[in-house]
Amino acid sequence: MIRNGRSFDGRVDAPADSGAGTGRAAETPGTSGAVVMELRGITLRFGGVTAIRETTFDIQEGEIRAIIGPNGAGKSSVLNVINGFYHPQEGEIWYQGRQRGVLKPHQIAHQGIARTFQNIALFRGMTTLDNIMTGRLTRMKSGIFRQLAWWGPAEREETEHREAVEQIIDFLEIQAIRKTPVGRLPYGLQKRVELGRALAAEPSLLLLDEPMAGMNVEEKEDMSRFILDVNDEFGTTIALIEHDMGVVMDLADRVVVMDYGRKIGDGTPDDVRSNEAVINAYLGVAHD
Amino acid sequence: MLYREVGDFKASYAADQATFSIAFDRWFYHGILAFAILVVPFLINDYWANAVILPFLIYSIAAIGLNILTGYCGQVSLGTGGFMAVGAYACYKLMTAFPELNIFFCVLLSGGVTALVGAVFGLPSLRIKGFYLAVATLAAQFFLVWLFNKVAWFYNYSASGQINAPERTVFGFEVTGPEAMPWSAYLFCLVFVIGLAWAARNMTRGSNGRRWMAIRDMDIAAEIIGVNPLGAKLGAFAVSSFYVGVAGALFFSVYLGAVEVTEAFGIQKSFIVLFMIIIGGLGSIFGSFAGAAFMVLLPVLLKNIMVGKLGWATDLAAHFEFAIVGALIVFFLVVEPHGLAMLWRIIKEKLRLWPFPH
Amino acid sequence: MSPGFFYGIEVVLNGLMTGVMYSLVALGFVLIFKASGIFNYAQGVMALFAALTLVGFQDGQIPFSHLINAVFGTKIHHFGWHLPAILAVLFALGVMILFAWLVEKLILKHLVNQEPIILFMATIGLAYFMEGFGDLMWGADIKTLDVGMPQGGNLWIEESTAFLGGEDFYGFYLDNLDIWASVVALVLVVSLVLLSQYTKIGRALRAVADDHQAALSVGISLRVIWVIVWSVAGFVALVAGIMWGSKSGVQFSLSLIALKALPVLMLGGFTSIPGAIIGGLIIGVGEKLFEFLLGAPFLGGATENWFAYMLALVFLVFRPQGLFGEKIIERV
Repeated sequence: MIRNGRSFDGRVDAPADSGAGTGRAAETPGTSGAVVMELRGITLRFGGVTAIRETTFDIQEGEIRAIIGPNGAGKSSVLNVINGFYHPQEGEIWYQGRQRGVLKPHQIAHQGIARTFQNIALFRGMTTLDNIMTGRLTRMKSGIFRQLAWWGPAEREETEHREAVEQIIDFLEIQAIRKTPVGRLPYGLQKRVELGRALAAEPSLLLLDEPMAGMNVEEKEDMSRFILDVNDEFGTTIALIEHDMGVVMDLADRVVVMDYGRKIGDGTPDDVRSNEAVINAYLGVAHD
Repeated sequence: MLYREVGDFKASYAADQATFSIAFDRWFYHGILAFAILVVPFLINDYWANAVILPFLIYSIAAIGLNILTGYCGQVSLGTGGFMAVGAYACYKLMTAFPELNIFFCVLLSGGVTALVGAVFGLPSLRIKGFYLAVATLAAQFFLVWLFNKVAWFYNYSASGQINAPERTVFGFEVTGPEAMPWSAYLFCLVFVIGLAWAARNMTRGSNGRRWMAIRDMDIAAEIIGVNPLGAKLGAFAVSSFYVGVAGALFFSVYLGAVEVTEAFGIQKSFIVLFMIIIGGLGSIFGSFAGAAFMVLLPVLLKNIMVGKLGWATDLAAHFEFAIVGALIVFFLVVEPHGLAMLWRIIKEKLRLWPFPH
Repeated sequence: MSPGFFYGIEVVLNGLMTGVMYSLVALGFVLIFKASGIFNYAQGVMALFAALTLVGFQDGQIPFSHLINAVFGTKIHHFGWHLPAILAVLFALGVMILFAWLVEKLILKHLVNQEPIILFMATIGLAYFMEGFGDLMWGADIKTLDVGMPQGGNLWIEESTAFLGGEDFYGFYLDNLDIWASVVALVLVVSLVLLSQYTKIGRALRAVADDHQAALSVGISLRVIWVIVWSVAGFVALVAGIMWGSKSGVQFSLSLIALKALPVLMLGGFTSIPGAIIGGLIIGVGEKLFEFLLGAPFLGGATENWFAYMLALVFLVFRPQGLFGEKIIERV
């Protein structure tokens, strides 16, 4: 498959290759420019600890937006704010052109935001298939009485969603583990199943929290390819946290850099790379 | 006939989602069902009905109920005895207040009443988790039993404080009261067992069951993928209590006939039903039946051997029963935490490959 | 002041004394929970079992005599001796330590890394087993336990407080036994706190409580710790069993009363020794006062059966971490 002049048949250019990896932004102006999600002046505190401090940035439709920064910089907290797990003390969250009030995480899921977790959060007692089927829950009607008798609507609905899920299983190439309980799967595959579960929701904004943490090079390449394909084929907007700078520079259209809960840089991978504050944060210049 | 999937091609997702996707299983299941409906009523006598079959059927319903809550939704309840009491007393009040109302609907309505009570006691589950919740459900157990003991309205101000099931008929055959025939009582319970087991299977196999299991496996992640914990947990409490309530109503009206609440629905009941689902298998409908059968048969067996054959005192046999049941619980949790249902599954896996395991 | 007021105070005092008893059982729970994260449902039955064993040794009962008689047709029941109380206590303690060792060997070892709820259910099974086993070993009849604890009301307190009220007030009635129980509880708590703060074993205990893996990696033997903790819990159970048993006889209902330690823990938090004490006092006073003020006059009485659980339930809904627990910040 040829994408924008670069070959993606199972490979991403070597992450360390900084000369050629000028980021995708230069080559793929794939974003339409419409803002999907905007955080304005977000501050999040836990007791005396401030996890996020007056942070403002946006996520545009169709882009891959990376959030980077050293450990403890508040990256995961940002994702947790976006999907409503934490509620910031200050600031506004705008989603799809409207300011969002204080909503519960499950309400936000219904608005089309799905995510994966840094530490895998699969449902260990269920099979791969069932786990990915749970991703469809926001699209399935609830109601215990509808399901009492299986015949009719309940079975039809199940089959319909099963078809959608089978497509995702094909896409992620995990047909063979369809009926394996996820607890028995190796780490890399679990990560993949988790991505599948998030994809099954057909989200308009997909949040990935360190999708490649703890993976070997080959697994990282696979995962990168899936992320790019999701973005390309389904046009899904993605916000991701990642530590591997090579991967980030290759995947992301735009990058937010955080340190000590503050945004210290924002722009294309090239911009960010030459940003002095960012370099300082990563090379460990003493904070005053 | 060999136990095989070979040649058993599934051409649709619907077929793949079927309960018994292997032909042999399907035939076996239909066979059991036919036997239970067509043959057992002609064989059943008083001893078998009262010692084994009726308690087995009724406890199966309660076990399925608790399994929905604990096995599927992950909320441990020690209030089963109390909820069974709600079913029993609701049934009694309905039977005496509306003598014209068919007992079938009395039992169903009792389940409904219990579902409401269960949902109320399920409210704390939104804030309290794990064994904190288990202890909190003890509140339901002790409070409800106390309530039925103290408030005379519940037992229609009878002097003994007991409730007695009046005679009621279905299609002209008595199913409750002293004149009830074993076969009619049996069939009456069987209808509920089959209907409720079938409904439970349907509720747990689709999106609804996945909501519950997601809450069970990781409630935070479940909420983030869009499961409303309030709905899922309260739903589980209500459905579970419905089953337990129906079991309590049948236990009172069909099986015992007369009930004193502390004796019949004390905390021991809660434990017995919990043990059924641990031994049978958490999160398995089949396991609920297996566990109920085990826990009903074990005392009968022990009693027959120790009291009948060896001539020991009954209290000695009872102590043995306690010790053996306790040891078995621990044994199962150590050796096979997924219970009899898992053992059965493993046997089936082996059988698929037999006689050429490699 | 009205006599009702003084009765109220007496109810509170008696509630405090009952609370001390609850605390004694709760203490055993906390010890085990802190060291192994196991919610030991069997703690109450352990108290019953310990008391049964103590009485059995003291009276020279032959263990399993019912069983032996049933199997061999003999008619044995007693050795025909009476052990001094202190010796019987030591023997009973020995049995509890043996029991702790067996629990580790047969159960805990195999359940490492299981979910807490599985462990909880295993201890329910253990409770069932011990109940049956205890009855098999010593018989199920109600026994009186007398290790020389002072009985009856404390006259001194009664007489010296009589002047407070009017004609028909004779002073506060307090059981000597309850006063003793409070003293013993106090000594127990202080020595347990000292043990865990200032000894090597105590440090290891706290390390295990904090993080199993980390404790293992610095060379602490989890299994030894568990045996120690269960032994100490067995000792606490024995003390609780002696107190309860002296008060109301050794019988099955002891394990039901001990169930009340569960709501005590939910109030006080599972990891706090002072929490267990204060939780116990709150529950003890609360249920006695509730019964006195509302239960007996308006609700038909016997509200002690459920009050503790309801209180814990309502309390937890508003403060899930208990009285002394830290606020839980959930993470993903």
